[in-house]
Amino acid sequence: MAGRLERWRETRRARRQAGSIVDMPVPADTRLDASPADISPDDPALVHFQNAGGPVDLDDVTFDSDAVRNLRDAGVKLVVPLVAQGELIGLINLGPRLSEQEYTSDDRRLLENLASQAAPALRIAQLVREQEAEATERERIAQELRVATLIQQNFLPRRLPEPDGWDIAAYYKPAREVGGDFYDFVELPDGRLGVFTGDVTDKGVPAALVMAATRAILRATAQRLDKPGEVLSRVNDQVQPDIPARMFVTCLYGVLDLESGRFVFANAGHNLPCVGRRDGAFEARAAGMPLGMLPGQDYEEAEVTLAPGETLVLYSDALPEAHSPQREMYGFPRLLGQVGRGPRGPQLIDHLLADLHAFTGETWEQEDDITLLVLHRSGATHDASAPRRRRIAEFTVASRPGNEQIAVERVIEAVRDLPLDDARVERLRTAVAETTMNAIEHGNENNPELHVEVEVYAEPSALLVRVSDHGGGAPPGPVEAPDIAAKLRGEQTPRGWGLFLIRNMVDDVHVTADGDRHTVELVMALQGG
Amino acid sequence: MTMSFHADAHTEGTTAVMRMRGELDATADVALLAAHDDVAAGGADELLLDFTEVDYINSSGIALIVTLLIDARRAHRRVRAAGLSAHYRHIFEITRLTDYMVLDDDGTVRDDDRARTAREEAAHG
Repeated sequence: MAGRLERWRETRRARRQAGSIVDMPVPADTRLDASPADISPDDPALVHFQNAGGPVDLDDVTFDSDAVRNLRDAGVKLVVPLVAQGELIGLINLGPRLSEQEYTSDDRRLLENLASQAAPALRIAQLVREQEAEATERERIAQELRVATLIQQNFLPRRLPEPDGWDIAAYYKPAREVGGDFYDFVELPDGRLGVFTGDVTDKGVPAALVMAATRAILRATAQRLDKPGEVLSRVNDQVQPDIPARMFVTCLYGVLDLESGRFVFANAGHNLPCVGRRDGAFEARAAGMPLGMLPGQDYEEAEVTLAPGETLVLYSDALPEAHSPQREMYGFPRLLGQVGRGPRGPQLIDHLLADLHAFTGETWEQEDDITLLVLHRSGATHDASAPRRRRIAEFTVASRPGNEQIAVERVIEAVRDLPLDDARVERLRTAVAETTMNAIEHGNENNPELHVEVEVYAEPSALLVRVSDHGGGAPPGPVEAPDIAAKLRGEQTPRGWGLFLIRNMVDDVHVTADGDRHTVELVMALQGG
Repeated sequence: MTMSFHADAHTEGTTAVMRMRGELDATADVALLAAHDDVAAGGADELLLDFTEVDYINSSGIALIVTLLIDARRAHRRVRAAGLSAHYRHIFEITRLTDYMVLDDDGTVRDDDRARTAREEAAHG
């Protein structure tokens, strides 16, 4: 019966109003083998049953009705409408009596009483089921978002290349509904570096899966073929037959000669790369259809050579297409202007983000993933004896209580190859949990719209974890150290252990504030470093 | 993320044993304080906190333990703790919770003398 009721609910939702059959136990030799009959919304039986006020003998029904005909064909003699709050929510249907006598007025009264008690209970059961289904659906959507985020972030490079003479930096911030941005680097023979950045035109798990597949094909193809145009053409031919309808991938792929600074690239409908020089900035142009739209595409190649001190910027749509509160678009001219005026090198990312936030205002809800890649030819070669820092993880968590555990797991995953013994890993867990909890609760005031950003850096002798929120303002002054004796005497609140724990779990803590951004940097020495 | 925490209390002689399970954080307050109410109602003169099945304690959890210690001090009830991992024993030490409770298990942090002094202090208000 549950299955029939379920089907009843589904049908009811689909048609707004319809009917079905609930059969009640009857002696085996007269058991009805009637499947639930849907009553179409324009069938007169619907209103008739709803307003009948008691059992209806189908022999007395004179109007033409498909539903009644189906019931009769199924051997139904008497139907008892189940009505709750004026709405027909089911029928009890009965075949002829075993005695072959008519149903008596006592029978009808009994059935009427039964219906009047069963209908509210049935209605409650239906509402509970409906609510359960809605809760399941909400959880499914949340789970899908988590899966999409997981796929997306697992396919972004964990480490950026650090070639001599180049500073390479990347910034990625997912939108609430994860988009399909991706970027990666492929180390190629003869001192060359393959660079690609792309965007799948959809969101959620389907986009994340297409992104993951495209990225894998791109990486494999880039290692086999030299010319960027040929790489994109081959990738397009492999992706196109399998990509879902109405989905495609914009992508820019280029090969950077690290020695000469020559960057040869091809473009499958992606944003054009910007080049920042001393006297301004310009766009380097190459055209081509997005991947996955049409088979057999050729991709033209273009090239630009970066001199020492010059910077190449690759970016996704979210930056130029961001809107101000007045609904103006950020646009390419502004982007080009900022690349021209801004600092050269990785700090250009912070400059562009600051300008973006100034343009969009504080209330801006990020519509799409933001990806920014900066390749700066510094000309300097790394001094092997100088401390070098590499970023080994970068991610965000929504400001919901409990999400500090996600941050902890991501950080621990990122540092698993670093020389830290179990005790120090446990201390790092506690420090990251407390820092992220503070950022969620105090910095971002548990507002799930705001994200806590976490960056993890490895240096030869130390690990740095930076946790940033939107708390803003100056760094907090010294706080009263928790004193257990004072707490037991009631002179201090039992709370207030967070900062104390953080400071005691790691080797150093730095707190900074810049604009609306408040950052806590945890420093932990690496063993043998 | 759903946190889960369970606590129950039973009495063994004059000792109330509070067994905890799960994550001791801000969401644990209702379950922990309800179990502690049972302890308080039973009038035991010693409380054993069993952390064997507690796999996470954060600053909010520490604050809850301080709350239990405040009640214990008022009721002149001794407090012991068992089943803490090395990491959380370290945290109990640096927060000086160990000044007011004895840690069982392997003697890693056990400091009966210090705790006894604290108990005597508590007993004398």
